[in-house]
Amino acid sequence: MTRPTSEAEYLASLVPASVRGVSRRTLLRGALGAGTLLAAPSLLAACGGGGSGSSSSGGAATGTVTVGSNQSDAVPKAAIQSVMDAFQKANSGLTTKINTIDHNSFQENINNYLQGSPDDVWMWFAGYRMRFFASKGLAGDVSDVWKDLSGAGMSDALKKSSTGDDGKQYFVPSTYYPWAMFYRKSVFEKYGYTEPKTLDEFKTLGTQMKKDGLVPIAFGDKDGWPAMGTFDQLNLRVNGYDFHVNLMAGKEAWNSPKVKAVFDTWAGLLDYHQADSLGRTWQEAAQALQQKKAGTYLLGSFVAQQFGKGAEQEDLTFFNFPEIDSNVGADAIEAPIDGYMMAKRPKNEAGAKKLLAYVGSADAQNIVVKADPSVIATNDKADQAAYTSLQKKSVEFVSQAKSIAQFMDRDTRPDFASTVMIPAIQSFLKNPKDIDGLVNGIEKQKQSIFAS
Amino acid sequence: MTAGSDLPLVSVPRSKNPLASRRAESSGAKKQRNRGIQVFLAIVALVWIFPVGYALLGSFRDYAYTAKNGYMSFGGFTLDNYKNAWQQANFSHTMLNSAYITIPAVLLTLFLSCCVAFVVSRFSFKFNLALLGMFTAANLLPPQALLIPVYRMFRAIEVPFWFSDSGTLLNSYWGLILVNVAFQTGFCAFVLSNYMKTLPRELYESAVIDGAGVLRQFFTLTLPLCRPPLAALATLEVTWIYNEFFWATVLLQSGDKFPVTSSINNLRGQFFTDNNLVAAGSVVIALPTLLVFFLLQKQFVAGLTLGATKG
Amino acid sequence: MARKYKGIDHLTPVDRVVVGLMIAVPTLLVLWLVWVPAIGSVLLSFTNWDGIGPISSAKNVGLKNYTDVLTIYPPFVPALQHNLIWLAVMFLIATPIGMFLAVLLDREVRGSRVYQTAIYLPVVLSLALVGFIWQLIYSRDQGLINSVTGSSIDWYGDQRYNLWAALIASSWRHVGYIMLLYLAGLKGVDPTLREAAKVDGASERQTFFRVVFPVMFPINIIVLVVTVIESLRAFDLVWVINKGRNGLELISTLVTSNIVGEASRIGFGSALATFMLVISSIFIVIYLRIVMREQR
Repeated sequence: MTRPTSEAEYLASLVPASVRGVSRRTLLRGALGAGTLLAAPSLLAACGGGGSGSSSSGGAATGTVTVGSNQSDAVPKAAIQSVMDAFQKANSGLTTKINTIDHNSFQENINNYLQGSPDDVWMWFAGYRMRFFASKGLAGDVSDVWKDLSGAGMSDALKKSSTGDDGKQYFVPSTYYPWAMFYRKSVFEKYGYTEPKTLDEFKTLGTQMKKDGLVPIAFGDKDGWPAMGTFDQLNLRVNGYDFHVNLMAGKEAWNSPKVKAVFDTWAGLLDYHQADSLGRTWQEAAQALQQKKAGTYLLGSFVAQQFGKGAEQEDLTFFNFPEIDSNVGADAIEAPIDGYMMAKRPKNEAGAKKLLAYVGSADAQNIVVKADPSVIATNDKADQAAYTSLQKKSVEFVSQAKSIAQFMDRDTRPDFASTVMIPAIQSFLKNPKDIDGLVNGIEKQKQSIFAS
Repeated sequence: MTAGSDLPLVSVPRSKNPLASRRAESSGAKKQRNRGIQVFLAIVALVWIFPVGYALLGSFRDYAYTAKNGYMSFGGFTLDNYKNAWQQANFSHTMLNSAYITIPAVLLTLFLSCCVAFVVSRFSFKFNLALLGMFTAANLLPPQALLIPVYRMFRAIEVPFWFSDSGTLLNSYWGLILVNVAFQTGFCAFVLSNYMKTLPRELYESAVIDGAGVLRQFFTLTLPLCRPPLAALATLEVTWIYNEFFWATVLLQSGDKFPVTSSINNLRGQFFTDNNLVAAGSVVIALPTLLVFFLLQKQFVAGLTLGATKG
Repeated sequence: MARKYKGIDHLTPVDRVVVGLMIAVPTLLVLWLVWVPAIGSVLLSFTNWDGIGPISSAKNVGLKNYTDVLTIYPPFVPALQHNLIWLAVMFLIATPIGMFLAVLLDREVRGSRVYQTAIYLPVVLSLALVGFIWQLIYSRDQGLINSVTGSSIDWYGDQRYNLWAALIASSWRHVGYIMLLYLAGLKGVDPTLREAAKVDGASERQTFFRVVFPVMFPINIIVLVVTVIESLRAFDLVWVINKGRNGLELISTLVTSNIVGEASRIGFGSALATFMLVISSIFIVIYLRIVMREQR
């Protein structure tokens, strides 16, 4: 369900800490860090159950609910359609009308869309993005829906990810996917590689891969966002989760030695990356992995979409991004969540809430994860027995992580991420030598943007 | 300066081409030169048509085949791309949307620019030049620079529901049509006024003596005489407005109202790398404008002559 | 009822209303949808508005957006350069080629119509399609150039080449457009002018430059205007290639990436748009001066 094909879409798909296994401590820190971007969220309200919404989610809901969908590709579009069909079947008297807009246009026009005449329910992403629209009064309060969801397989951590700065819920999660180093089992078997645990081990492996005629890390950054993932992983390993959160919140200087260390480390790894990355889309880079020309690929699990269903996807697996500093460890990962939000003034509020409760249910999510096995359901009660081995591994991976970080553009202001960081990282990839000039340039723009 | 005192050459019949006389007295050397030109033009034409032909070829090929054997191979021909593209991009629906936008917009643009051009060329008001300047300069403004104010105005303007089902100019075909008209009127008014200036004033004189009012002069005299430039502009405007994409995606908000040019995005995304499918979609999208061009081609060249250019 | 003839510019009251309407409706439309928004953008450029909520929530930040553009926004200078290169290539290369082809086609050698159609073909394609069609040729891994030459240059991705690659694609379309406009102009030239020049013993080249070219003044102006419009507004092509980043920055793409999408730096984006307006207005003034001189 998550196929960011454009930077805009990706920028959009912000997500905060998610899912089970997130330690309470990390969550609190994360919330403090990220939350203060806007205004300190009401932690108590978020931790305590229930919202303050008073309108009823029950009752007789009838009529038509409109759904804004950015899933315009054939497979996910059909999946959404079958979810909606199932919903209509279960709720006679309610019909849904899907307004499909291709994901580029949807993302590029989201501000205008929400301020114009948005659909009752629309697809969106948890995290800063969600909180941003909530705080701007462009999203409807769905705390009612959460009263039911909380007891039906949605964890508290997910609820927290769905909570706006005012302590109310504005989001219903559907699916999520982790970021990691993906590889093909058959390739590792053929050459006798083992999963590296540290960066040094990885470099050794990379050197060996080069000798074996493989590109160690497939890489494509034409759309600008995939390289943000690389930066994040390095930053998490070099400086840790807290620094990541604060840096994104604009509270750390981008020209500090810590950030320079990230870029320095990255510069040392560029040799292992697939060359000419700025002209390559993530799909093309994924092809290199799929065709066994590359050994590994750092991406979200949606990379599986470029692999044939069945045996080829079974051959795909991943390992955690290696440890760089043993004091920092390697237990912070990234796993973004996708889901649904409600319009501020939906034309059919009762129907919209019914639909939101449904898309958060295990039943609806089972349909989605079956259609797109590159993502996993957020609802605990979803049928995991039917998961592919990759999906099972993803579930295990996120549950073992100590802290689940957010993607760069999910933690920071969208204007900063798209107009400053994308060009900055791309210019780093073009010219990795001038790190000082680069970080100073970022810091100046950051100060200007965060001041406004 | 172009305002001649006799009838303009509304179109130049091909047989009476100025070159005909030259050709009649052409020497052997000249024939040879023409042959050289012919060869040169043929080569240029081939070079020009090549990228389109290459895309066309790709559109008939199976992706799996070209991915495996490369595009330099031969084989894997199929019509499936067209079938898939047609279904996936929902062309039958979006083509209709494009028609809803393009046809009224082109007609309105041509009508309004005729009005402006008529007044400017028929009467010598002092403000004529300033007016024409305002219209043509508007063509130079970058649309991105105007996006936010236009969007805000459209959102704020409430219209009856029979006019737009969204209740505002936003998410309504009429809003988009008006924007297109506003942007295109300048160029058309400029071309038309140049043409109309070549219409002899004597024509109007006799009409006025006959007691024809301005409206009658406009409809029975000017418009019929302007058929050639109107045909030419219609071709250009259909192409431009049909291909317009920027305003369409911003001002229309429901995906089911989007024009056909946005359909190409539906073919990308997951299938971004399936160039053959996108190529098939591109061919389908280009067909209507090609059709219009072939239909109006003859008038096109004649019409843009802007009247006879006498010294 | 026949009216008394009072000169051909005499207007009855009804005529006056008609003429007034004919001029007022289009004028108001253009003022409303082009000029008012243009002024609006200039005003917004002095604010830090984020595009959400009422405009009253915007704060006046004076010239800050402009100083930011000029001092700490790295893509701006490349974008300006690329726009100028774009204009120069269109004006100095693509437009003259189009004119030259028109002159050749005007000689009506056999098959002219076919050649003419072939050369015009790209014009009916949207720039987004043009970008895609050339992608098939330029693509690093599957493109025609690389599979024929065996090179592995990334024509759209490598910033050393991609501007030129985009310019070739853009010129491909522009040439056809200019060719047709110019051909139309040539067809309208009074044949007797050429005859006269010939009788005077002028060579074909002399005839063209001394006689034909000067009398084609209006069409020359149109060609000039079209070239400038297309160059300054160049957007779609680079946007479909890579959203105008990494060597393909143009001011129009910077404006778009700042105000469209979620970034929503309306104030900052408007400041960039104002730069565009200023550059455009230079050409608008030049153009109006030429037209005015002509009208006198």
